[in-house]
Amino acid sequence: MSWGGDDMEETERRRVAEARERWEQKVLAPLMANSPEIRPAFRTASGLPVARLYAPDREGQREYLEGLGFPGEYPFTRGVHPTMYRGRLWTMRQYAGFASAEESNRRYRFLLDQGQSGLSVAFDLPTQVGYDSDHPLACGEVGRVGVAIDSLDDMELLFAGIPLDRVSTSMTINAPAAIILAMYVAVAERQGVPLDKLEGTIQNDILKEYAARGTYIFPPGPSMRLVTDVFEYCYHQLPQWNTISISGYHIREAGSTAIQEVAFTLANAVSYVRAATAKGLDVNKFGPRLSFFFSSHTDFFEEVAKFRAARRLWARLMREELGATNPRAWTLRFHTQTAGSTLTAQQPDNNVVRVTLQALAAVLGGTQSLHTNARDEALSLPSEASARLALRTQQIIACESGVTASIDPLGGAYWVEELTDAIEAQAREYIQRIETMGGAPAAIEVGYMQREIQESAYAYQRSLEAGDRKLVGINAFATPEEPPADLWQVEAGVEARQRARLERRRRERDTARVERCLEEVRRAAAGRDNLVPRFLEAVKAQATLGELCDVLRSVFGEYRQPSV
Amino acid sequence: MDRKIKVLLAKPGLDGHDRGVLVVARALRDAGMEVVYTGLRQSPEQIAEAALQEDVDVVGLSSLSGAHGHLLPAVVRALRERGLERVLVVAGGVIPHQDIPQLEAAGVRRVFGPGTPTADVVDFICREVRPAW
Repeated sequence: MSWGGDDMEETERRRVAEARERWEQKVLAPLMANSPEIRPAFRTASGLPVARLYAPDREGQREYLEGLGFPGEYPFTRGVHPTMYRGRLWTMRQYAGFASAEESNRRYRFLLDQGQSGLSVAFDLPTQVGYDSDHPLACGEVGRVGVAIDSLDDMELLFAGIPLDRVSTSMTINAPAAIILAMYVAVAERQGVPLDKLEGTIQNDILKEYAARGTYIFPPGPSMRLVTDVFEYCYHQLPQWNTISISGYHIREAGSTAIQEVAFTLANAVSYVRAATAKGLDVNKFGPRLSFFFSSHTDFFEEVAKFRAARRLWARLMREELGATNPRAWTLRFHTQTAGSTLTAQQPDNNVVRVTLQALAAVLGGTQSLHTNARDEALSLPSEASARLALRTQQIIACESGVTASIDPLGGAYWVEELTDAIEAQAREYIQRIETMGGAPAAIEVGYMQREIQESAYAYQRSLEAGDRKLVGINAFATPEEPPADLWQVEAGVEARQRARLERRRRERDTARVERCLEEVRRAAAGRDNLVPRFLEAVKAQATLGELCDVLRSVFGEYRQPSV
Repeated sequence: MDRKIKVLLAKPGLDGHDRGVLVVARALRDAGMEVVYTGLRQSPEQIAEAALQEDVDVVGLSSLSGAHGHLLPAVVRALRERGLERVLVVAGGVIPHQDIPQLEAAGVRRVFGPGTPTADVVDFICREVRPAW
């Protein structure tokens, strides 16, 4: 689309273009002859070319209404809500969880006391891959990167004293997401909270696990069925719940560019919509409960543009290609986490500055919720003091910077709009390529996304080591330093205590009832009934996460990574 | 003596972070080494068995989940049980500085922290495996 048949605007564009030519010849060229620019060419972190100066002389510019429009309206480039942060700030949601349910519960209450507005639960690796804490492969991993959840007992301790109708909870769990969701529902029932009052998000995004994050259990086919079982269950029972958080974060952390992050995330999203539609669900009904999760890096304008491009592209895909007619199904609502991979172990205080820039980019990009990383995350899990500083960073942006006063304040900036257009166009090309491969699951199965991500990761590392890219404290302004001393550590003994609790629970439950529930899960897994209600009955009977996943493994099989 | 240095790279435990190990694999290959990568979720026994089968000079272990204190010494033990004392064991990932002495005492020869240039890894391996060169 050009500025169209509007002669006045075309005349204006030409005048600016002519003036630029004059400026380049008369002003720029003589100066450059004596003092050239510091680099022959400039690029964004993702490799997009950056012009010296953007001005209203570009050909093929979009019309305002078609390309940008108004916040809360298609194509949502400027934001998903009509008032954005003037009406309500983003949710400040710090990802946390470690050791036992009791200790994580203490950290959540601390964060809520400090003004955090939503919870975000990190689970340990055995929980994420469906093993109980006493499984041989769990040895050494229990409570390390998150909280260990074996049974409903643990889940009740995790949310003890936290009324589930008063907080929104995000849970980073994928392969066994439907089981963890069932446990959350069971806790809410025991608290007497009506299910339609529950607010939160379950990550439930299995495709990016194969592509980038690694905590898969089952093969793609049955995994997609579990994902869409959650869509269906929530539509009927948990209408306020975000049924999935389709995640670019881990794709980016694994090394992709910003463009690949948008492209692969939305390609995955398209596949979920197709799978749910094939199951007979209505895109206008499940569509509004899909949510997204992106990373925010330090290359500031590219990141702001990335969020805007993702929002517009998703609206267009949903409306033009996936047949959604409900405007709420067109909106891309997203959580952002600042990029862990950009943090350095060297001069860790510098990370506070990086996180500030990244958080600001997310806010200027219109995020709905935000996690700001702590300065010590390249070294270990954050201490309480650095977790608080990370939260304060976004509180300062919210309260003091003034950037929340007007909606999409960088909208209309020539460079930002060009970047937004470029990212959308290139992401769309990727998505089309993936569609011709048979969709995201097929592209992942042949290792296409993985290879693309690895290429970008290696190119990044090489540019760093060649000195083409500078990282302060790494290959620029490095100083000798003492290793930090006050790192937070998971207390020893967590694993033993968790196993003891699990053993006691197994001894004290009604074994016959557990067996009946597991059998019911097996039957449903082999057939087509929705599994979530069966999981709910089983967890109430104190069946463990590992037992339920074992049943599913026996029916679905296990995924094996293709060798590289 | 023109046999390439052969390296097994492995992810012990349940950790899914493989960006670092994949970048190191490429860098070692570009430096002329032969690299075998095990993929995710390998037990110490599986890693040692692969090292034996592949007849490697070096085992590189990547760990970012905090389970290094248990898993890395377990890999060294499993290697020794197979008579692979001479295999050079190195590690990388998010491993707090205070944990390094214990890992070195267990037989991990070098722990490379975040931000390490891949050239440092290449140099160290060449020096240790082919000291005469």
